[in-house]
Amino acid sequence: MVASEIRALFAVAARPEIVSLAGGMPFIAALPLDAVGEMAGQLVTDRGAVALQYGVAQGDAGLREEICQVMSQEGIRAHPDEVVVTVGSQQALDLITRIFVDPGDVVLAEGPSYVGALGTFTSYEAQVVHVPMDDHGLIPEALEETITRLAAEGRRIKFFYTVPSFHNPAGVTLDAGRRARVLDICQRAGLLVIEDNPYGLLGFDGEPLRALRADDHQGVVYLGTFSKTIAPGLRVGWAAAPPGIRDRLVLAAESAVLCHSSLAQLMVREYLATQPWREQVKVFRELYRERRDAMLESLTALMPGGCRWTRPAGGFYVWLQLPPGVDSKAMLPRAISSRVAYVPGTGFYADGSGADHLRLSYCFPEPDRIREGVRRLAEVVGAEVELRSTFGAAPRPAGPVTSRPAGMTGPAGATVFHNAVSR
Amino acid sequence: MSDLGHVLILAGGLSPEREVSLRSGDRLRDALQEAGVDAETADADAALIPAIIADPPDVIFPAIHGACGEDGSIREVLALLGVPYVGSTADASRFAFDKPTAKAVVRSAGLLTPESVTLPRETFHDLGASAVLDRIVATLGLPLFVKPARGGSALGAARVLTAEDLPGAMIGCFAYGDTALVERCITGTEITVGVFDHGRGPEALPAVEIRPVSGAYDYAARYTTGQTEFYTPARLPADVAAAAADAAITAHNVLGLRDLSRTDLIVTGGQVFFLEVNVAPGMTETSTLPMALEAAGLDLGVACRDLLCLAAERGN
Repeated sequence: MVASEIRALFAVAARPEIVSLAGGMPFIAALPLDAVGEMAGQLVTDRGAVALQYGVAQGDAGLREEICQVMSQEGIRAHPDEVVVTVGSQQALDLITRIFVDPGDVVLAEGPSYVGALGTFTSYEAQVVHVPMDDHGLIPEALEETITRLAAEGRRIKFFYTVPSFHNPAGVTLDAGRRARVLDICQRAGLLVIEDNPYGLLGFDGEPLRALRADDHQGVVYLGTFSKTIAPGLRVGWAAAPPGIRDRLVLAAESAVLCHSSLAQLMVREYLATQPWREQVKVFRELYRERRDAMLESLTALMPGGCRWTRPAGGFYVWLQLPPGVDSKAMLPRAISSRVAYVPGTGFYADGSGADHLRLSYCFPEPDRIREGVRRLAEVVGAEVELRSTFGAAPRPAGPVTSRPAGMTGPAGATVFHNAVSR
Repeated sequence: MSDLGHVLILAGGLSPEREVSLRSGDRLRDALQEAGVDAETADADAALIPAIIADPPDVIFPAIHGACGEDGSIREVLALLGVPYVGSTADASRFAFDKPTAKAVVRSAGLLTPESVTLPRETFHDLGASAVLDRIVATLGLPLFVKPARGGSALGAARVLTAEDLPGAMIGCFAYGDTALVERCITGTEITVGVFDHGRGPEALPAVEIRPVSGAYDYAARYTTGQTEFYTPARLPADVAAAAADAAITAHNVLGLRDLSRTDLIVTGGQVFFLEVNVAPGMTETSTLPMALEAAGLDLGVACRDLLCLAAERGN
């Protein structure tokens, strides 16, 4: 592993003196930990011979039934046979990539995209091509243009990876109209869709959106997780896939881990069967809504002119565009010195662009800490703007130069985030 | 176990060099334990003072790098607490940590050091960056080396080849501090010389020659195994090696340093130039001071145990 200044800075960010708006850790303290503990103890006492034994690679059958119930909240009608339990949805992503991607193959992903997915794709030597978004999510026309262009170049696209709801890091959501268009485009192109939906049940307004897989069982592999709705420490996620892909996933999972933790699976199964999990998800939603509000109010009140940011309707993240010339990666040391941390935008692009953005998360800190963190960040950005002004249009001191504007840029240079807040 | 009693290694802190310091602290603890010393590590946070008051260590080894660890502040606190510690006093650390001050002091003692200017960011803001930078280039020429006046591990440092690259380097530098040191960049052999005082006066360790594979001894080159080639002792003529050793001892003495230090030098045309000095040298797997100790036939744990014994005898 190459030592990096950014990693060194994040070693400081983990200290409690720093207000970290960087990590995406769910607020586990909101779980009824005593009830969960009692349940776990009882599970081992009553069914330890099963819970501590090997299981099957596809995952516990009872848990897969419960997972189908969870997915029904988003309109998916699935049979437990379609489900493969994985070590978080991250393992599902890894297995999918292992199955489909040969070195040099193209994977389409939103720009920006989830950093953990980019790491997986890169590790299998995929070429990630980003497709821009705006404040309504992925731009369908851009997807179509990109597919056409890559086909003309003779490049092989293996799948389209998307986080349609409450996107990480962009905070935007693919609206219902666009969902149908995206599915239509991918169906016509014969392109598999990987729908990564960790935040789907954590929307702040109304009912959960209909998942892409709800309208295309054959063309969409759905990745789900209990990391945000129960706890990431359990490491229980899943993939719901068409039979041909499901079979390969099971074989790949068996090869990778033989079988998943029976104890973790049975804990989740028991939790879903015996605990008021839907009510608990509501508790999480309200908690995260309050924190989102604290962040958005603070940003509106404090951030210097030239900043723009998204207004997430769910999930964990706000995606903030910095004033022209300000580089989020170069600014990070100053932020850490001022006791606030964020994630520079460059991590969310495979080509190293994104330096003009940063990701803020509101899921873990209490509202007062969020306000204090934004206050510190506003001062840091203000100082950086002044520094840039002092030294003129200096070249960015860090990160590769990109051939196109960083950030969520439309296919024809369209202005994005038309409705985003700006000051 | 030795009769040193309870030894505390301070590692961590909140500077960007925290990760390096934690690695230094872990390695030092392991080395001391192998040398029979009952050592443990502690961070410099709000729990430190109550912990020291509740269970005072017999002696402390500060291994915090960067601000707090090397600017004298933590040593000032240790003095307030009355706990003996290894290394330089707060006053000496403060002078040494400030690179422009250290350069001025060693220059007055006859050492060579690259010509430089030191300017806070306000100067560029108030007088106009372009005019100031133009003057710097006109006076010092190119290439230049830009670095924060206080700090280490090459964080915020950049070699500047053209005038067009200078504003970007200044911005990168000011991300790590409010004052910049801009030096004439001297091309030559980079070496570093450790100084240890085992109670007989400061003695120079064999110089370590630094050859970064990429050409730049940046953060990645410093702390990633295999990214830099080290030659110990440095491949220098005997007279130059002796001059380098003298320079390191001179810097140690004129800055009033104590117990240990590491001086970074550059050698060109047989001349030795002082770059900076460190009062809490890195002790990681890729740090040069442990390499120099090994080349001198000394064990890291034993050598540091000796320093702890001296500090314990010295008291606060």
